[in-house]
Amino acid sequence: MDQGNTLDRRDAVKTILADRGSILTVSSLGGPSYDVAAINVDFEQDFPLGGAMGQAVMTALGLALAQPERRVVAFVGDGEMLMSLGALATVGAEKPQNLAVVVIDNEHYAETGMQRTHTGRGVDIAGIATACGFGEVHTVRTQAELEKAAPRVRTGPGPVLISLKVTTEIGPLFARNRDGVWQKGQFRKALLGSP
Amino acid sequence: MAAENQQSAKQWPTTIYNLLKQGGVRQVAYVPDSGHKQLIQHCTDDPDIRTVSLTTEQDGIGMAAGAWLGGVKSTLLMQSSGVGNCINALSLIENCRFPFLTFVTMRGDFGESNNWQIPMGQAVEPVLSAMGMICLRVEREEDMEETVAAALRMAFLGSQSIAVLLSQRLVGAKIFK
Repeated sequence: MDQGNTLDRRDAVKTILADRGSILTVSSLGGPSYDVAAINVDFEQDFPLGGAMGQAVMTALGLALAQPERRVVAFVGDGEMLMSLGALATVGAEKPQNLAVVVIDNEHYAETGMQRTHTGRGVDIAGIATACGFGEVHTVRTQAELEKAAPRVRTGPGPVLISLKVTTEIGPLFARNRDGVWQKGQFRKALLGSP
Repeated sequence: MAAENQQSAKQWPTTIYNLLKQGGVRQVAYVPDSGHKQLIQHCTDDPDIRTVSLTTEQDGIGMAAGAWLGGVKSTLLMQSSGVGNCINALSLIENCRFPFLTFVTMRGDFGESNNWQIPMGQAVEPVLSAMGMICLRVEREEDMEETVAAALRMAFLGSQSIAVLLSQRLVGAKIFK
């Protein structure tokens, strides 16, 4: 089970979202939505998905194109990203300047019993993003690399992709609002003034 | 097998385009289909509409949700075979009550001679209905304006998930020789 990764996912996401300002996030089902919510639960600038696996990056792309003045960051698991590699091709072709994708890559399906994903078997998501034409791509394995990459997620000319190699620790679960209609409404009210 | 595309320039794609414009739609995602050729071209030629070519139809579901979160109305253009690719992704639309509007050019429908298209074509309405979508079918050109206007109101004012199914009778069946 130990694949040699040392970064803690919750700490790493917290480092990336430090001083986040007006950054909007979309996060994929399972761990990534908890990682973002652990910083500020039910926050109005976050849109966490609880299903629809594979749609987080595309939701972030639709948002980024609709709001070109706002930074949009998608936090997704490696399983989610592997399910929607075509989305990387579309983002690479569209080249939204204001979009970053953070793959929280523990090389396992943590939700379903820690089966290995392809990223633990040699498949390189950062390499795929580079080949798709992302402007800036980093694989982050150490705290020093994380501290260098975090500001690039927040402000580097997009599309940016960070593959965050983390341990298989998932972090504590906690109560949060899972009502999708409410999440949509509070996000739009904060961003646009009306739900 | 040679397929002859029976489409010459038609009025209905322009009717849809004009109504989308009037309705304030500014993002159009698509997986190409020959039946959508004219409408895709109209949208691509319009500097006020952002068109996005997708690698799979389901990616248009996330895009539509994201666009709405950002205050932008959008639509998804696809062929009926792409409907099957969208099913689980439609959880996002249904669970969050996102307004959603898609235009589906039908295959496996009236006059189809490619039997590979029949299973998905015939399943379009039941599977979309099962995911909470309302299907509005257009068989004749003269019904297009009224139907598209209704679809726009139901989607973006009524927060419904609407599929406008463009019948093969309207689009014209591909003739295989």
